[in-house]
Amino acid sequence: MIPVKFDYLAPTSVEEALAALGEHGDEAKILAGGQSLLPVLRMRLNAPEVVIDLGGISSLRGIRDDGDAIVIGAMTTHHDVRDHALVHEHALLLAKAAAEVADSQIRHRGTFGGALAHADPAGDLGAPALALGAQFVIAGPGGTRTVEADDFFVDLFETAIGEDEILTEVRVPKHTGWGAHYEKFVRVAHQWPIVAVAATVKGSIDEARVGLTNMGSTPLRARATEAALAGASATEDGVREASELAAEGTNPPSDLNGAAEYRQHLARVLTGRAVLKAAGAQ
Amino acid sequence: MTKIELTVDGAAVSDDVEPRMLLVQYLREKLGKTGTVIGCDTSNCGACTVHLDGTSVKSCNVLAVQANGRTVTTIEGLADTAEGELHPVQESFRECHGLQCGFCTPGMIMQAVDLLGENPDPTEEEVRLGMEGNLCRCTGYHNIVKSVLHAAEGAKA
Repeated sequence: MIPVKFDYLAPTSVEEALAALGEHGDEAKILAGGQSLLPVLRMRLNAPEVVIDLGGISSLRGIRDDGDAIVIGAMTTHHDVRDHALVHEHALLLAKAAAEVADSQIRHRGTFGGALAHADPAGDLGAPALALGAQFVIAGPGGTRTVEADDFFVDLFETAIGEDEILTEVRVPKHTGWGAHYEKFVRVAHQWPIVAVAATVKGSIDEARVGLTNMGSTPLRARATEAALAGASATEDGVREASELAAEGTNPPSDLNGAAEYRQHLARVLTGRAVLKAAGAQ
Repeated sequence: MTKIELTVDGAAVSDDVEPRMLLVQYLREKLGKTGTVIGCDTSNCGACTVHLDGTSVKSCNVLAVQANGRTVTTIEGLADTAEGELHPVQESFRECHGLQCGFCTPGMIMQAVDLLGENPDPTEEEVRLGMEGNLCRCTGYHNIVKSVLHAAEGAKA
């Protein structure tokens, strides 16, 4: 199918894009890589009157070192996040998760910021961003503000980004040398996860961060698991008790891929696997 | 209408297009490059895969206006040698019979070229993973994987 007609704007700076958003308000939709938006437009699930393409704003692309954090431009592709040396060194979990997004062709187009702003609870990047305590830099008519990961994801497909604002970059605190693994459970290739677990650990195991994908209307932190993993040994027995806590406080959906109870079971099992692989024990 | 200028299979083209026009539509309907096919229209099957500035994309999931100022290579522009000669990956698919009905083949070949560009000596598993965005409903993939591995072997020789 073909999208409903729309007007197309291609700003070349964030200021221009914000001005266009200000002018067209909720009739406008931001186009980043388009790998989620274009299917929505084609199926006519959404029909914005104006599409504002950020593809021409080069300042939104790239990854840089910023002292205690790395900064990922919102329009950086999954492919570039997966391969970038700074990501591998300081936020390996993001590289692992970016490698699992959809398929090669979609990773070439889809963007880090676009996926996070889309906030699909089954998206692969929310849980790792949350686990790493990412900070979201959002530009608006009044300037720039920074939102902590815990406050960024509001609900299903809803974030702290206002209707007149644009996500410009994501600051990821350095987790240099931390092991990482993204354990994704899918029924067929290149699909959204039924459940996935993002785990990153320091040592084996001094500290751990664990994020859950598709276990509620937003990505979630498995904080009880994290607390129980501090000082645990990286063995099946050592992580069993912590893994058992992974589904605490979750409210996963029930659908054709599985009932909520099944997803909670998966979260516990996949957490054990993700943590052990992150610690290099499997 | 929005004006676009781009390079497709080595030729500079320019057109006024509706912003909602998909790149695959533009290639097929405006330029007549029907070698790139529409399979699923949901960005799942990969039959419409082309290269945009040298990397593989699903052309049903890109707007024609997003290709403005860029370079597109389709299955029709892959072989840059004299008429009648095939690209080595096309040749490998022919030799290994990496197709049955042939519908997914243009996308398979474009993705295989991208994969081998990034990883010239892949394992069988790496080929299967690298081709995960391309669906084939005939072959069971065995001869497709064989074709990609054969092309990699050929490039080493």
